Amino acid sequence: MDQIILQILNGLDKGSAYALIALGLTLIFGTLGVVNFAHGALFMMGAFVSVTVSKLLTLSHKVVDETRTDFLGNPLQVDVPYVYDWFGQGAGDAIIDWAVPISIIFAIPIMVTIGFIMERGLIKHFYKRPHADQILVTFGLAIVLQEVIKYFYGANPIPTPAPSAFTGSFDFGVAFGFDPNAIIYPYWRLVYFFFSVIVIGAVFAFLQFTTFGMVVRAGMADRETVGMLGINIDKRFTVMFGIAAAVAGLAGVMYVPINPPNYHMGMDFLVLSFVVVVVGGMGSLPGAVAAGFLLGILESFASMSAVINILPGINQIIIYLVAIIILLTRPRGLMGRKGVMEE
Amino acid sequence: MTKSNFSRRGVLKTGAIASAGLALPTYLRADGHSGFTNAPGDSQVILGFNVPQTGPYADEGADELRAYELAVEHLNGGGDGGMLGTFSSKVLDGTGILGREVKYVTGDTQTKSDAARASARSMIEKDGAIMITGGSSSGVAVAVQALCQEAGIIFMAGLTHSNDTTGKDKRANGFRHFFNSYMSGAALAPVLAANYGTDRKAYHLTADYNWGYTTEEAVKSSTEALGWETVNAVKTPLTQTDFSSYIAPVLNSGADVLVLNHYGGNMVNSLTNAVQFGLREAQANGQNFEIVVPLYSRLMAKGAGANVKGIFGSTNWHWSLQDEGSKAFVRSFGTKYGFPPSQAAHTTYVQTLLYADAVTRANSFNPCAVAEALEDFEFDGLGNGKTLYRGDDHQCFKDVLVVKGKENPENEFDLLEIVEVTPVDQVTYAPDHPQFAGGDLGTCNPGA
Amino acid sequence: MLGLEKKDFRLLLIVVALTMLAPFILNPFPEGSDMAQFNAGYPDLMQRFVIFGILAIGFNILFGLTGYLSFGHAAFLGVGSYAAVWMFKLLSMNVVPAILLSVIIAGVFALIIGYVSLRRSGIYFSILTLAFAQMSYALAYSVLTPLTGGETGLQPKPGDPRILDGALAPGETATPGFFGLFDMRDSLELSVGGWVFTFNVGYYFAAVIMIIAFYISIRIFRSPFGMMLRAIKSNQTRMSYTGLNARPYTLAAFVISGMYAGLAGGLLVSMDPQAGAERMFWTASGEIVLMTILGGAGTLIGPVLGAGFIKYFENIVSKINKTTLEGWFYWMPDGIEDVVITIIYPFVGKGWHLTLGLLFMLVVIFLPGGLVEGGQRIAAALKRKKPDDAKSSATEPAE
Repeated sequence: MDQIILQILNGLDKGSAYALIALGLTLIFGTLGVVNFAHGALFMMGAFVSVTVSKLLTLSHKVVDETRTDFLGNPLQVDVPYVYDWFGQGAGDAIIDWAVPISIIFAIPIMVTIGFIMERGLIKHFYKRPHADQILVTFGLAIVLQEVIKYFYGANPIPTPAPSAFTGSFDFGVAFGFDPNAIIYPYWRLVYFFFSVIVIGAVFAFLQFTTFGMVVRAGMADRETVGMLGINIDKRFTVMFGIAAAVAGLAGVMYVPINPPNYHMGMDFLVLSFVVVVVGGMGSLPGAVAAGFLLGILESFASMSAVINILPGINQIIIYLVAIIILLTRPRGLMGRKGVMEE
Repeated sequence: MTKSNFSRRGVLKTGAIASAGLALPTYLRADGHSGFTNAPGDSQVILGFNVPQTGPYADEGADELRAYELAVEHLNGGGDGGMLGTFSSKVLDGTGILGREVKYVTGDTQTKSDAARASARSMIEKDGAIMITGGSSSGVAVAVQALCQEAGIIFMAGLTHSNDTTGKDKRANGFRHFFNSYMSGAALAPVLAANYGTDRKAYHLTADYNWGYTTEEAVKSSTEALGWETVNAVKTPLTQTDFSSYIAPVLNSGADVLVLNHYGGNMVNSLTNAVQFGLREAQANGQNFEIVVPLYSRLMAKGAGANVKGIFGSTNWHWSLQDEGSKAFVRSFGTKYGFPPSQAAHTTYVQTLLYADAVTRANSFNPCAVAEALEDFEFDGLGNGKTLYRGDDHQCFKDVLVVKGKENPENEFDLLEIVEVTPVDQVTYAPDHPQFAGGDLGTCNPGA
Repeated sequence: MLGLEKKDFRLLLIVVALTMLAPFILNPFPEGSDMAQFNAGYPDLMQRFVIFGILAIGFNILFGLTGYLSFGHAAFLGVGSYAAVWMFKLLSMNVVPAILLSVIIAGVFALIIGYVSLRRSGIYFSILTLAFAQMSYALAYSVLTPLTGGETGLQPKPGDPRILDGALAPGETATPGFFGLFDMRDSLELSVGGWVFTFNVGYYFAAVIMIIAFYISIRIFRSPFGMMLRAIKSNQTRMSYTGLNARPYTLAAFVISGMYAGLAGGLLVSMDPQAGAERMFWTASGEIVLMTILGGAGTLIGPVLGAGFIKYFENIVSKINKTTLEGWFYWMPDGIEDVVITIIYPFVGKGWHLTLGLLFMLVVIFLPGGLVEGGQRIAAALKRKKPDDAKSSATEPAE
């Protein structure tokens, strides 16, 4: 029992990453009809906003320490971050410690800008082109973005820890009468879960309760009619692209302490996020979110050793197996709309 | 700046006047008189450096390439000579190999066996490379080693740790300086027993592919021999990025040690996740919970950041070693590039030197002569103490380092500290050891 | 001719000429010159050009005609490769049975996957094929290691049974051949002046198969069956109103293109007997899609061009390193040389992905029909020029 609760928790956490990425993707893919292979790259860019912010905060000048030596036997040059000089060591350390949450402030405008530039400069010209062309151009873009990051940050993962206040894990089990250590969960993963719920909620509220959102939803359903009503739907779609980029970016920013980011992390998530969106059903935002959590939880169950012992290798294929079963039993995924990307 | 000339078989052909077809039933046309593939001309010899330049191991590949460039520089008499000065064999004198200037070509393995073989074939067929070396995974090493066997080229393996490379997939034309899974297990187990006691219950998370299997088996059998018990061993997919669902059940499984048979990105993520779940501070069975990473790489330890602190593992070589060879190597590498070399850089540098030395001692580039010179060759002064290139399986036998993540690093490279240098006798095994069974070295193939 | 229209026959002749003369065409630079780096006329790469050409031709029969975008085509390539290597291990190093089996196995595999996946269309179909391919990859890499060799891949070994071949002499390695007449790796070299041209048996074997594959694909494109497939692409609903069931046609196209992929897989291991699981990974499937779109989906020759383009970058540009650059620009003054090398360096060697990504974008932005459109534009430009030339030459005699 405790094992099952534990894996549900795990699944919710994994699912929240999937859901966030899929949410952004489905805004672009399921609604604007653009097959965006650069979406994973946006997630990766978000993560590297975090890395960059923490690099900037630890930007240092060298002070020669005569008492110590480096690996070649020369006097050691110690890096002293500028924030120490400005705020003192204590406050400086605290700022560096909170680099990841601080990054959110920077990530939103940066990612929205990237989204705008992408849409206005590139994607806009591809709305009417075949999906194949969209795949080629966005895949090219993803490679370029990825290689640029690799050029500056290398291929190795870069450790970017969470604030020390969030290290360690929370023992759920004790609260519910299980053995100690039966159900533990890291604080940062809980933060990630709540964060994703808030972001998902905000996006839904924005689309549901604002006039802007109403127009966008109308535009998704029937672009031509909305255009005929004299509403400039293109401009709103640009904004939606910016929002989608920001959602992907935020997913990346907060993901950094869970796993150290590297330049190809976007590609690792790309295929998965497409699977999530399609299983959720094309054109459905709730579908994408539901599919994200569902696949996250099922993936967690499949990794239990009791399950692997019965079905070896099930953990390797579970996501794809579930995708096949769902797509065969429900023709348009969980909540897909008829006629979206079915040609 | 020197003008380099990376043509097929170098200067051989330049200036030749329309000489008609030269048909030979070989992989590649060899010189009619030499009797082996890609016999070099009189002025230069071309080596092929096949390393990952894209993909997750690109940084490791870049470090290997740096070491190769340094080795070529030293072989050609440039720089400070590095380990040439400390190497026990003194036949290399900085005039290239057998008086021929050393040139090289590079390629990208992408850490995919297909791409690695394509790249190696282009070096052999197009550039006329006489030896191929490099790589950062066992899959690539085994694939390229088999190719070199067929083509009649010597393969000097780079970073490859799976038992299979010199076990069930060994080849007569392939040689490995790097240590292997068995040696990691044999070196680690006594240190673990000494530090954590013999009454321990281990939980293995294992990367679900060949290298993971051999490492799990090696660590399991070595630790069980010292009284440990293995509670569970779970395989994780290579493509897994988030290991939370594998790590979460560990603490409540009755185990008190977690062994992460992971490498590269898998290891960085699984270790980060394990520390996130608080395993390093946890208590189990009345003892401190411990984590072990059988194969450490400093570059990857860097990716895991502070999470490596206090965690045991093994490594082939580390720049903080204080023997003359290591010091000389660190000095010349550090002076040239500004940071200390990784173990991948060390093993590739050493392999290049060993190849050049074997050619010189054999006084021939013929792969069979080179192989004979390498087989059962004993040497010293290359950073790992006294070393034997065993003829039975072409595996180097040398001391193995047991290391621990450093608690208080002094600089960004100072991530691991050496806990023990396990003497070579303790990690030596019989050529027909069950963990290495099923292979056949065959006989050397000179190509033509 | 051969049941082809004049235009198609001319195209076929061009392809025949190009493939047969490839050793010359791909080696335009003399040995030992600085530009020799760009020569692609060595056996491995020439073989890859035609084999991936076959793969792309096959993919185009499905995608170019029916519009069904399979994102799991690499699975058939991988299955074909494994089948062929097992043939090498168990039966004989003769490539003919190996290739036959790889085509059959890939066809069966395609029939099963196609039967299931074609129940859906559009993106749902793409994801279904992707899911099957990813499952094949994941299992081949891990649980199926005894069958596939897993991480280290499957390769023939000295100790294999090979019931049709005699035992190997000590020191002999088993290499793929054609009924014991040729070894796939036999080469004939011709040196003329500073040039060296390599004529490789394996290449010509693969090239002949590619020409046959290309011919079959032209026949399919021009047949009533091809028309039917095109009808599916343009409007499936209308087609079903006329009482035609589209499923059998698409399934046939899917199986045919799966067999092409299996053929490519079998050929790949015939040239280089090693099959790794990575060739089934989604990036490999993606590469096939990119090759086809890059060259020009739906055109006959486009996919072959796209395949050549990507393989050329993978194998040539990735091998350019700093020393090579220094070799090219050594004649420049030191300062300028450094600047030039610093600018170029990020785009070659380990940066070859960057160049490829940029070229993907440039091609699709400026040449919406892929490389074929580029060729057409050049041809059109030349045509426009011709009348001018004619005019000028007409006026010349007056002078």
